[in-house]
Amino acid sequence: MARHQTSALLRERGQRRPEHLTERRARPPIVELRKVGKVYPGGHVALERVSLRVDRGEFVFLVGPTGCGKSTLIKLLIRELEPTQGEVLIAGRDIATLPDKRIPHLRRRIGTVFQDFKLLPSRTVYDNVAYALQVIGASRAEIRSKVPDALRLVGLADKTGNYPDQLSGGEQQRLSVARAFVNHPPLLLADEPTGNLDPATSVGIMQTLYRINKTGTTVVVVTHDREMVDKMRRRVIALEAGHVVRDQAAGRYTDEESTREFAARLRDEMGVEDEAY
Amino acid sequence: MSRVLFFIGEGLRALRRSAAPGVASIVTVAVTVLLLGVLIPVLQTTGGKTDEVRDQVGLNTFLYDDATPEEIAALETEIQGIAHVESVEFISKARALEILRDRLEAEDKADLTEQLPGARNPLPASFKIKPDNLDNLESIRSALTPPGAAGTPEPISPIIEEVVDSRDEASSIRTVTGAVKWFLIVIAALLVIASLLLVGNTIRLSIYARRREVEVMQLVGATNWFIRWPFMVEGLICGFIGGAIAVAILFLGKEAVVDPLADSVNLISGEETIAFAKLVLVLLGVAMAVSAIGSGITLRRFLRV
Repeated sequence: MARHQTSALLRERGQRRPEHLTERRARPPIVELRKVGKVYPGGHVALERVSLRVDRGEFVFLVGPTGCGKSTLIKLLIRELEPTQGEVLIAGRDIATLPDKRIPHLRRRIGTVFQDFKLLPSRTVYDNVAYALQVIGASRAEIRSKVPDALRLVGLADKTGNYPDQLSGGEQQRLSVARAFVNHPPLLLADEPTGNLDPATSVGIMQTLYRINKTGTTVVVVTHDREMVDKMRRRVIALEAGHVVRDQAAGRYTDEESTREFAARLRDEMGVEDEAY
Repeated sequence: MSRVLFFIGEGLRALRRSAAPGVASIVTVAVTVLLLGVLIPVLQTTGGKTDEVRDQVGLNTFLYDDATPEEIAALETEIQGIAHVESVEFISKARALEILRDRLEAEDKADLTEQLPGARNPLPASFKIKPDNLDNLESIRSALTPPGAAGTPEPISPIIEEVVDSRDEASSIRTVTGAVKWFLIVIAALLVIASLLLVGNTIRLSIYARRREVEVMQLVGATNWFIRWPFMVEGLICGFIGGAIAVAILFLGKEAVVDPLADSVNLISGEETIAFAKLVLVLLGVAMAVSAIGSGITLRRFLRV
């Protein structure tokens, strides 16, 4: 079963957080927003004076009702949109100062799981993941070794030849996760990765994200699924009407959980019997 | 190198996956190239015809009948010395009569020359002077008859009776051939512009259908050129196939219609027109360049971040 296969890509490093988090506090946070505001043309205010920082290796939830600016925030981080005021810093650099030519390079360092998946419809599952590697100029050998690993991680190893429209919603979501993670970005953004999915599949996706976080990748998950967030026991940033209204650890903050324990607890608390995949 | 192969593979893959826009582009390119392929030789042929007409325009210098052979020879050398004179041809009285007879015969008219009393030849001898350029006709004329003391034109030689140029004729020919040429050039230009727009539009449609894909590629971190190359390769391939189809049709048309006619109809004189091989190369090159560059330019609209 996919879950039990040890992936060369994602070997868990014991039970501790990555060392660089505790030892090298001096490094700039991977994400920092300074009084960021975003007003859409037409006057709709999506974000207003939002300031927050996310350190390397963190697992952060961004929650809030629909329309509170969560997705806008994600779009600002990959410069799909530009803030109307304030600064967005990635790894200490204000991305507004990046020349247009460097934007693709920024996006290669940030894996993004889009709300609407954004898969390439004319490419197979395998080719969709491979594209993220082709873009950065990876060799054929590299692609051949990394893509199956990523697909195994999300449990799609047996669907490599399918096209996106032949996959279920959950499978497309997982494919999106695989593509976001295949080149090991230091930062992974997931916009509603469990939206519209049944609880069992949601747990599976969360488990995958948790596993990815364990390898040292900073993970930011946008969701409106409060129940799931409460059970995950991670840092939660709550947005409401464009403002940060809460930023704290939800429940007991347990660092010391393995992926297996984490998934088991989550399934238990969510009342999910079967494994997602 | 592996990049180049990747882009070619991507372009081919896109064509395989969605054949319809590709076929549309190919057909458009084929029609356009076909038009160009017909138009270029036609334009050149009319150019050739015009030159022929211009060849017949010159300056006729009629001589008195009592001019001696020495005087005629001296005048000929003198005329040859005038600037812009391309050639001088002496037409004797007998030759002039001969030309008149030929012309009458060609027009199926009775030989009026036989009715001349006592076989007298009324036609004067003349020099037929051809200028190197039609526009220089006037300067040659004034060289032959410079203004004398009284201000009226005086011939440079006493044996010259009259200098006649077909000035009105020449200028009207000039206007007509010029108009025909311009008319054709304007039509050709309009056709080329229309076809370019047509090709551009077809490409735009096929790319528009895939703008989501382009957006996704951007969000995954593909550079603009990384996205653009496969589309340009696709355009190149469509251009080549479309161009090849047009060239094949042109070749068939040339073999079946034009070549058999060329022997009997003087209009389609092959000599001034462009060589077929050269035409093929030009057309293929244009087809490929237009569709590849068209793809690249059209994409720019979707590539804005």
